[in-house]
Amino acid sequence: MNAPLALIEVEKLEAWYGRRRILHGVDFNVNAGEIRVIMGGSGSGKSTLLRHLLGLHKPRSGTVRLLGVDIGKATEREMLGVRRQIGVSFQGGALLTSMSVGENVCLPLREHTRLDENTIRIMSRLKLEVVNLGGFQDLMPSQLSGGMVKRAALARAIVMDPKLLFFDEPSAGLDPVVSAELDELILRLRDALRMTIVVVTHELESAFKIADTITVLDQGEILMTGTVDAVRHCDNERIQDLLNRRPREIQVDADAYLKRLTEEAAA
Amino acid sequence: MNTAENECVSETLGDYILVRLRGEVDLSWSQQVRRAILDALGAGSKVGVELSQVSYIDSSGIAALVEGFQSARGKSQQFGLVAVSKPVMAVLQLARLDKVFPIFPDAETARAG
Repeated sequence: MNAPLALIEVEKLEAWYGRRRILHGVDFNVNAGEIRVIMGGSGSGKSTLLRHLLGLHKPRSGTVRLLGVDIGKATEREMLGVRRQIGVSFQGGALLTSMSVGENVCLPLREHTRLDENTIRIMSRLKLEVVNLGGFQDLMPSQLSGGMVKRAALARAIVMDPKLLFFDEPSAGLDPVVSAELDELILRLRDALRMTIVVVTHELESAFKIADTITVLDQGEILMTGTVDAVRHCDNERIQDLLNRRPREIQVDADAYLKRLTEEAAA
Repeated sequence: MNTAENECVSETLGDYILVRLRGEVDLSWSQQVRRAILDALGAGSKVGVELSQVSYIDSSGIAALVEGFQSARGKSQQFGLVAVSKPVMAVLQLARLDKVFPIFPDAETARAG
């Protein structure tokens, strides 16, 4: 049997904002066909990890390989090749407000393909149907509810049938029914269109429903990567705090604390 | 993708043209599939697309089927999908197109309409 094909390979990734270390030696692999959920509280580093996975940040230390391409060393052309094969649904939607919903969804097809207009129109409207926004193509983003913006953004993210789909906080701000529908859709996208999907979320119910595997991040470190069952039954105290919504006890380093309060300017 | 396995062949069975697809229908050659379907509709009044050997179809392939069906309806021609494989059916169901296309289990049934 062939070894599973890793579409994402991250090794010893370090990330810093100024003097603050955000990610500490992160190792992270995702195989083809997998739905991986990245979980963690605010400030755990999950958004920073996501930005590295999208190639928006080049690694300062460590490597990130996406679809076999080392994005720290990739040329513009190689990055373009990678970007054609990935889709991203951002937390706030990131729709272009001066364009209609339909034009937003068509955008990747116009940028990256030379398909005829008929095919572009059908493909984009097909994806609006998939996210239950059939017939909404002429509306402007400002005319949509929060849930509709999220679904329109997902339609745009999947319009090219990407190999890899990244979905940042799919459930945030949605009512429970729309949220459950999106979870169901994520599962069907993987099964029907063979997508490999990485979801960043802190919604436990959603994570447990869709994930094949979960990576739990805390303070820039991976506490564990495992199946839903393994994470649920893990005896790590921080993971159980996250699962049971227990507030963490913040450690105070007196020297560092005083330095932050009194230092005139960061070096 | 193994391009050697991709194939699009049109077969005339009396007044019926069957476009047989094989392999993985994706962006790399779906325009060829689109052309074959539209050409078949230009040449005959009854057209079917046989999909039993299609292991994957992406949205551009589905768009070719939709355009064919729309064109056939505009000219009152018969158009249907024949022997739809499971992977293709999953994509049709994703967009609820399984409730839109006429779907037939085999070419004989499709020809009988």
